[in-house]
Amino acid sequence: MTMQAKPVPVLDTDSRPFWEGCRQGVLRIQRCKTCARYVFYPRSICPHCMSDDLVFVEAKGLGTVYTYTVVHRGFGPFQDEVPFTIALVDLDEGVRMMTRIVDAGEGIGIGDRVEVVFSERDDGLVLPYFRPILKAKR
Amino acid sequence: MRRDRIAAIVGIAESDIGVTPDKTVLQLQAQAAVRALTDAGLHTRDVQALFCAGAWTTWTNLMLAEYLGIQPIYTDSTNIGGSSFEAHVGHAVAGIQAGLFEVALIVYGSTQRSQRLRGKVPGEVSLTEQYEAPFGLPVPVGAYAMAAMRHMYEYGTRPEQLAEVAVAARQWAMQNPRAFARDPLSVEDVLASRMICEPLHLYDCCLVTDGGGAIVVTSERVARQCRHKPIWVLGHAETHTHHTLLSMPDVTSTGAAVTGPRAMAMAGIRHDDVDVAEIYDSFTITVIVTLEALGFCQQGEGGAFVSGGRIAPGGSFPMNTNGGGLSYCHPGMYGIFLLIEAALQLRGDAGMRQVPNAQIALVHGTGVQLSSSATVVLGRD
Ligand SMILES: [Zn+2]
Repeated sequence: MTMQAKPVPVLDTDSRPFWEGCRQGVLRIQRCKTCARYVFYPRSICPHCMSDDLVFVEAKGLGTVYTYTVVHRGFGPFQDEVPFTIALVDLDEGVRMMTRIVDAGEGIGIGDRVEVVFSERDDGLVLPYFRPILKAKR
Repeated sequence: MRRDRIAAIVGIAESDIGVTPDKTVLQLQAQAAVRALTDAGLHTRDVQALFCAGAWTTWTNLMLAEYLGIQPIYTDSTNIGGSSFEAHVGHAVAGIQAGLFEVALIVYGSTQRSQRLRGKVPGEVSLTEQYEAPFGLPVPVGAYAMAAMRHMYEYGTRPEQLAEVAVAARQWAMQNPRAFARDPLSVEDVLASRMICEPLHLYDCCLVTDGGGAIVVTSERVARQCRHKPIWVLGHAETHTHHTLLSMPDVTSTGAAVTGPRAMAMAGIRHDDVDVAEIYDSFTITVIVTLEALGFCQQGEGGAFVSGGRIAPGGSFPMNTNGGGLSYCHPGMYGIFLLIEAALQLRGDAGMRQVPNAQIALVHGTGVQLSSSATVVLGRD
């Protein structure tokens, strides 16, 4: 039985700059030049003000864990990787991303500070994972 | 309570449920549809409006109408996940109120268990879904787990309180001979069950079954001629707040905060008028965040609210009286079963699990990743 493939993003003209950034080690989000707010995921109009004047910018790559789960039962091609940690991270620019938390030897918690680390999946896809840099006070 | 009467649920039925390996998804829906129409004293040739939602084909209404021999003059395949059927009731009432039709049939069916459709991971992800699936989060359970984790962090909600929801559901199911899971279940059992996605254990998660259901909604004029006393639709509302989880503004607060007040205002009722509640329980956390958003308790107090047997048989807040998606059945999009059970309770036909003198029911569906919400308020004369 062949190993089932992991989900691969279908690049389009919204998403290509983001995924190409990942390959180059750059975390790209958008900023609206009309209302000055940051936007993620990338799109052709600003969801805050309907402007189409959006530009890609490089995020600092720093954020805070908003929530997370440790997956003990994965599906399909991910089932052999358990346990692993998926999180929603609030970037300092004010947008939220889904990601995987890595290098968290002492575990992870909500409020922990994290930084982006680009990681190549076994099938070659480069994903923006995050690793802890400072535990939240609890 | 509002006094005017616009539309009513006059027919309710379920197909075979549980494990139905010899049935197709169309057979289950046909079985439920015919039973519901028969329950109402109506016929497929009376159906003017068809409502259906499902993942079994892109062309739900075309295929189902053709199979049943129905040519609708109004058709609606709104699919917002498990809450679709609560939305369909609202749309049916609106269409009846506009004078577009008088008889609506709402149908659902799924063979997800027998066909092993759960837990499939797509090979490619396009458009806005490409920013989540590559990381490997199992959906929907992982999304609900992240909501539960945040709820525990913000409000101190405990795993024991999540487990209370599953235990109450099981106690209701033990009074329902049709329920899929009827073995006794304790809080300790839930906490000792296999961890799926922290903090959700196996018994925090809904069942995976086959099954189908159907509802007939008609105008007041037709309803007065049907076999059962009408179960009036007093209020309805719907919304959706996001699709992908990363776009949910606050994972502990759902669109029920919008639909609950709107539906209850339309019905002219207050929280303490509700005699029985049917609240979508895809996961234990779903119930807690929904009860809070609907305003049955304060934000953050849902864990305490569901504890101490309040939502169990004999408690002061009868809820999910058939055993819910956690213990009755859950064929993927459970919302139709919430409506059927609410109508059954208001008819007074719920047998052992009947809530005495139930006059007003609140039904709330939640779909996808806490994404969609739809509330229906039902009442009897
Ligand atoms: Zn803008």
